[in-house]
Amino acid sequence: MNPRLYPLAATIAIFLLAWGICVAQFPYMLSTRVVGNLLTDNAYLGIVAVGMTLVILSGGIDLSVGSVIAFSGVFIAVMLRDTEMHPLPVFLVLLAITTAFGAAMGWLIYALAMPPFIVTLAGMFLMRGVAYMLTIDSVPINHGFYAMLGKAYWLMPGKGRLTLIGVAMLAVVAVGMLVAHRTRFGAAVFALGGGEATARLMGVRLGATYVRIYAFSGFMAGLAGIVFSIYTRSGYPLATVGTELTAIAAVVIGGTLLTGGSGYVFGTLIGVLTMGLIQTYIVFDGTLSSWWTKIIIGLLLLAFILLQKGLVRFSGAGRPA
Amino acid sequence: MTALRRVAPQLLTLLALILLVTVFFPEFLRIEVVNDRLVGPVMDILKRGAPVGLLAVGMTLVIATRGIDLSVGAVIAIAGAVAAWAITRDLGLAAALALAFAAGLAAGLWNGVLVAIVGIQPIVATLILMTSGRGIAQLVTEGRILTFSHDGLAFLGSGAVLGIPVPAVLWVATAIAVTLLLRRTALGMLIEAVGVNRNAAALAGVNATVLIIAVYSASGLCAALAGVVATADIRGADANNAGLWMELDAILAVVIGGNSLLGGRFSIAASLLGALIIQTIDTGILLAGFPSEYNLSIKAVIVLVILVLQSPNLVHHWYALRYFAMRRREAALDPRKEPGT
Repeated sequence: MNPRLYPLAATIAIFLLAWGICVAQFPYMLSTRVVGNLLTDNAYLGIVAVGMTLVILSGGIDLSVGSVIAFSGVFIAVMLRDTEMHPLPVFLVLLAITTAFGAAMGWLIYALAMPPFIVTLAGMFLMRGVAYMLTIDSVPINHGFYAMLGKAYWLMPGKGRLTLIGVAMLAVVAVGMLVAHRTRFGAAVFALGGGEATARLMGVRLGATYVRIYAFSGFMAGLAGIVFSIYTRSGYPLATVGTELTAIAAVVIGGTLLTGGSGYVFGTLIGVLTMGLIQTYIVFDGTLSSWWTKIIIGLLLLAFILLQKGLVRFSGAGRPA
Repeated sequence: MTALRRVAPQLLTLLALILLVTVFFPEFLRIEVVNDRLVGPVMDILKRGAPVGLLAVGMTLVIATRGIDLSVGAVIAIAGAVAAWAITRDLGLAAALALAFAAGLAAGLWNGVLVAIVGIQPIVATLILMTSGRGIAQLVTEGRILTFSHDGLAFLGSGAVLGIPVPAVLWVATAIAVTLLLRRTALGMLIEAVGVNRNAAALAGVNATVLIIAVYSASGLCAALAGVVATADIRGADANNAGLWMELDAILAVVIGGNSLLGGRFSIAASLLGALIIQTIDTGILLAGFPSEYNLSIKAVIVLVILVLQSPNLVHHWYALRYFAMRRREAALDPRKEPGT
């Protein structure tokens, strides 16, 4: 087997093992209902994590996505409340805004040679701030189209609901895999993650690639915002605080190196599902107080990273290429 | 002189900000003596900037080794909860402080071991404690806000020495002590060596592993002191909100201070000026009377402007633009010459 696949294989193996332990304790966790809910509850996280994967593959980071999701929800809710627009054109306008916002951050990172951590941190403040300026209340969304989107699902055998937003997440992961591993742009992203100087010598157009990477992440964050607004049927400027860190954790659990240049979009899906599995397990267990939940999530994150490190080292791959 | 030149951009930024705030709020620089205390917006900034300033001292060292510490906000919550717990159990001020610092040191050691020995990337290693740290703090306070009435501890948050607020004294003293320790010994240079290239430093005989663990421990201790100050200030430990997202402000302070996130050379003085700049923005927006919904947006724009002005590439772009403009003008004057050749 290709040594590059070891982290991904380790991730999948650990996920299946964790699922096995959960099922051994609570047999009902094997049902399609739990699977359907796992996809639905983590749809927005999965979408935003796909964008984050590309950013991290290029050696960067995008801290603004949580704020962008909150802004998206507020923008949609306020537009639907104050204008007569149909949700679909609102979606288009929103995606244009968040993509342009991401592109602007990418351009700043390239043109001013500033670290992505700081540029996107400023972007995080800015988007949260703009969301506050739109409204400081939670605005409900009562459009008929939203009710339809929220109710759209396919009943799987065993009464599990495969919802529209769950399917949307899986589709986005498929698109992300194509973009990252099968396009010229994806190759440029990997090259950039390997090192800026080498990428330039290989003929990668740095400026265009930086702008596209962060535009892609901005687009995904906007899409995640739409999905989140369908999920919660409201817009709230204080929503999804800290989602960027959850997304980064999911990407890392998925086997992508934070230093860039190595990783798989499919691993990110497994990472997101693992985070969701931990939450589901805690809900099923039911005895943990909210503070123990936080401690356990941290410890499980640690256990997961250690296991993955151990498996990769044990299999003799050493440092992944 | 060289030290002054290093912090000149930060000093100029701070002066420009003070001027800007004074335009909106003329009384900004006024300091009066009330009940033997100096009172005024400037003193307020020095006092409220204490937690971020203390965090920035530790964060500067961590970033100098090419790391990052996301857990400091959670450590603030833990240290504050431990201190308040000890005081409500009547263990006395000394025991409360000792326990709080022990908690901070333990957190720092944990991070340091994960980064230096286990080899996890710093951002993920400290993310673990960032997530579970608030849980630990809530475990200590049992989910409540622990309030206390103890004059000794409260003095650390709201007292005054020679008219200057104690938190301001604490962070300036910490910064001077750490700077002296690092710059009067070779320690600072060794940290820079590890940040530039850990393997090369280790080959040259620097014990990089111990040094990295020590740096994260220092960050934990600074966060513990910040936690004690924050808890003493409000006379209560709020495990949910104490120090929330303060790690981001601390990192921002270090970067506004001109320190590179890629490690290497660092300046604690510049980071502290960065912390003061951030606090001046925060306080200035409030004093200038903008509606509170606008605070975050204005802060983001000011921070962006500062970062753009400090960007190393801006000077190059400026020269490049001037060069091209000159070439074009020459070409326009002399039709025989092709533009751009």
